[in-house]
Amino acid sequence: MSDSISSDEVKHVAHLARLRLTSEELATFTEQLRAVLDHAKDVEALDLDDVEPMSHPLPIENTMRKDIPNPMLKPSDFLPEAPAVEGGRFLVPKILGEEE
Amino acid sequence: MNQETFKDNWELIVGLEVHVELATQTKLFCGCLNQFGSEANTNVCPVCLGLPGSLPVVNETAVYYAMQLGRALHCSVNRSVFARKNYFYPDMPKDYQISQYDLPTNLNGYLELPTGEAVGIERAHIEEDTGKTTHIGTSGRISGSDYSLVDYNRAGIPLIEVVSKPEIRTIEQAKAYVSELRNIILALDISDAKMEEGSIRVDANVSVRENGEQNLRTRCEIKNVNSLKSLGRAIEYEANRHISLYGNGEYPKQETRHWDEDAGRTRSGRSKEDAEDYRYFTEPDLVPLNPSEETIAKIDQEMPELPSERRRKLANLTGVKSSDMTLLVERNHDAFALDAIEGGGEPEKVVKHLVNNLSSGLGALTPEALAQLIQMENNSEITSTQAKKVLGELVQRGGTPANLATELGFEAVGISDLENLVDQLINEHSDEWERFCSGDTKVQGFFVGQVMKSTSGQADGKVINQILNERSTAK
Amino acid sequence: MNSVTPKQYQSASEIAGLVANRETSAVEILERHLNQIEEHEKDVNAFNLVTINEARAAAKETDKLIVEGGNVGPLAGVPIAIKDNLCTKGIPTTASSKILEGWKPPYDATVVRKLKEAGATIIGKTNLDEFAMGSSTENSAFGPTRNPHDLSCVPGGSSGGSAAAVAAGFAPIAIGSDTGGSIRQPAALCGVVGVKPTYGGVSRYGLLAFASSLDQVGPFATSVKDAAIVHEVIGGYDPLDSTSIKQAPNSFVNEIDQGVNKLKVGIISELMGGIDGITQEVIKQTNIAVSALSDAGAQVEEVSLPAALYCLSAYYLIAPAEASSNLSRYDGVRYGLRVDGANLKEMNVNTRTEGFGDEVKRRIMLGTYALSAGYYDAYYGKALKVRRLLAENFADLYKDYDVLLSPTSPCTAFKLGAKIDDPMTMYVNDVCTIPSNLVGHPAISIPFGSGKDGMPIGVQILAPPMNESVMYQVAHTLEKASQ
Repeated sequence: MSDSISSDEVKHVAHLARLRLTSEELATFTEQLRAVLDHAKDVEALDLDDVEPMSHPLPIENTMRKDIPNPMLKPSDFLPEAPAVEGGRFLVPKILGEEE
Repeated sequence: MNQETFKDNWELIVGLEVHVELATQTKLFCGCLNQFGSEANTNVCPVCLGLPGSLPVVNETAVYYAMQLGRALHCSVNRSVFARKNYFYPDMPKDYQISQYDLPTNLNGYLELPTGEAVGIERAHIEEDTGKTTHIGTSGRISGSDYSLVDYNRAGIPLIEVVSKPEIRTIEQAKAYVSELRNIILALDISDAKMEEGSIRVDANVSVRENGEQNLRTRCEIKNVNSLKSLGRAIEYEANRHISLYGNGEYPKQETRHWDEDAGRTRSGRSKEDAEDYRYFTEPDLVPLNPSEETIAKIDQEMPELPSERRRKLANLTGVKSSDMTLLVERNHDAFALDAIEGGGEPEKVVKHLVNNLSSGLGALTPEALAQLIQMENNSEITSTQAKKVLGELVQRGGTPANLATELGFEAVGISDLENLVDQLINEHSDEWERFCSGDTKVQGFFVGQVMKSTSGQADGKVINQILNERSTAK
Repeated sequence: MNSVTPKQYQSASEIAGLVANRETSAVEILERHLNQIEEHEKDVNAFNLVTINEARAAAKETDKLIVEGGNVGPLAGVPIAIKDNLCTKGIPTTASSKILEGWKPPYDATVVRKLKEAGATIIGKTNLDEFAMGSSTENSAFGPTRNPHDLSCVPGGSSGGSAAAVAAGFAPIAIGSDTGGSIRQPAALCGVVGVKPTYGGVSRYGLLAFASSLDQVGPFATSVKDAAIVHEVIGGYDPLDSTSIKQAPNSFVNEIDQGVNKLKVGIISELMGGIDGITQEVIKQTNIAVSALSDAGAQVEEVSLPAALYCLSAYYLIAPAEASSNLSRYDGVRYGLRVDGANLKEMNVNTRTEGFGDEVKRRIMLGTYALSAGYYDAYYGKALKVRRLLAENFADLYKDYDVLLSPTSPCTAFKLGAKIDDPMTMYVNDVCTIPSNLVGHPAISIPFGSGKDGMPIGVQILAPPMNESVMYQVAHTLEKASQ
């Protein structure tokens, strides 16, 4: 079977997407993703150089809003739903890998 | 740009990325207040918190400001498309930033430095700002922190990112670029652009190459520069670091580095292995912006007078140094100068007074008054010392120089009177005069002193010396 | 066959009329439906949450307003079930995912607000495939929903809970979302009407995004007319949604009885015999529907939609790509599940690994891959071009035809567990419905007969963008013929 995606690549995208896979999952997911991508080879094979990509289904342009205020939320509206809060701010564990 | 040598045989290459926070009333994609200094997480809504189900709607004033800046930088304004820049970081509520990627609003312009040189502008695009993360721990920096706290008040504030081409060759040019960009932004009134407050942020891309080399070498991005002075220091440090590495047979690694102000050095940031693949794609929740030709024409018509234009007006006057022109425009004194000149003030003297004596402000001084004052000086109606005092009073309380001079009892002794006095002194002190005429300059002070005594100090020293010299050569 | 469908369905418009005229009360209507729920919900599992107290309070308010002579709106007292990926203020909105279990939004989705303003009684949040990813509702973190016609079968997905709620008589109306067929396919499998509006016709504000350029919110109902009424209530321009259409469409309800005389109907040949897994019964019923339209005066012909063959692939590149980005925000920082870690990154990974189910993970990875450096052009970029081609195909057809027709699903409801192990097998269920999502066109599924096992079959009518009235017209005719 052609290698439309390797398990290393699956590992890499899992990492990019902040997901951890067990070795079994890695094997299973690789097989499953491969099946989908193999199916997508029909699209890959098409010569569409002259066709414009279509990001939006409708040809709308220039939808904007005026620079006037809208009602805002109060901290009590959403902080109670937060996993961890301190002094009105969202608390997260220490962030690594920035400065030396 | 001319080739300039940075050090030894090395050329400095700098490109600047400047982020400008726009002073709109509300955020870029929602109607939350764009306000500095509010209590944490009080200027937020489902959209800028990135709550599930929320959607962005773009602020038309932010778009207008972006186009204005683009035109002021001589860019083409284009049909643009928003894109998502995907990466995980807690200050980004959606874990993607809405920005512009391959179809930005503004492309291919240039910024004219006060020296007249132009630095190419790659693009100026619109994007949303992130929230603010505070690191709690012993140092307040990320490394060594125990945890962090996030405030989303700033998330979603509109930013314009101006990206220059890597055409800057000296540190002075880099600083001048930022200054000038800032002045343009202030002229457009789209941001207060304060580096200290973070409403204008500068990242520098620095590399070096040997004189004559055609290709560009590895560059590093320097972040966390908070003043023009730091910018200069950071560029210098980084360029030297590269030169040093090359000297040792090594190469700089392509990376983002942070400027450490206290230590006076840059430090490595995220390493290449963790370099993100941003997976840009067109933002499906927003539609393309396609400004009409009428809109762009309107922007061009309404363009306020930009600093370069204002400098050009001054440049048409002879005898004005370019550094003085820049200073006047920066202080917003250029219009005043032109008015004073129109009112009869001698251009060189107008500029001199403004540059040297009026740096703290014009107060109640009018252009006409300045013109008059200069005329009085030229006619020796007052001495230059007296003129300075009168100027001070004019700034404080307005009025006319003639009235103030009278009020202060300043009346320079007229030239003819001085001539008579000098002639009298020559007659009375012939020995001293002999000595002066044969080159004894020490005696000059004696004559000047005598004149000053007779006129109670109201004589212009320069004029006295002039008369003495005239008399001595006449002989 | 173990089933819980009621013998008779009451229509929403009937209920609204009776309530407004005070021939019955909103409270009475509600209690009747709550009783049905109490009796059968344990077998069906249509709901993640039945909002008993809130519903009772709302019904009481409606009755009070009527007594006071106030204006109550066209859905007065009508119980409506809401798919649990639409925000309901103060009421848990979970997308049937562990990562949002118990999360209470501080705001209502625009559609929810409009329904409330129309006097409806929101009766509960229905089950779905997690984050709307699936075609059977088996991907829910809270257990599958069962098909009321046969409790050993799936109701379809991803809006399986909403479809089942209507089919089981728990509510005359339910709201779902459709990204690749998630309203129409479960409607077909559960024997009810399901509509996907024109993209931009109904606001997405408050809909937990799956694939932003494909998602639409739409109604389930027991009749075409009811669906049209609800569609009109929830549709319209929303300044909070940049992709919402500004022009008001023509009324859907007024012209619904126009019939199909002289209308041209194109039968999409690529979606008939040749597709994977299509059953003889589905083909048979579809042909009967075609004849019915012909008998009613329509001109029916076979047409070709060549790009239809590539839609499945294009969809399974575009939708996961957008989803991978839309689901990044679930990182344990601001709301929902957090599983701690030694540092931020570990916390993100722990949270998402534990919080997301397998299908969601699959699609996130697939989407991340399709967008990643080096693969964008080959996969995602190409898929966007297929989309353009498909739009051109449709535009050509609509020059000559008023509507198009196809089966909704290649098969009737399959047994729980039958297709869950092989994603591709599950994905091909969407082959008839996906084209409309890719191009943003409206489509409706109406029940039309059943298979040998008595399980419902649905027929799909597709219409040009903003042209729902002709779609409803044709659907209404077919509905009459099916009875």
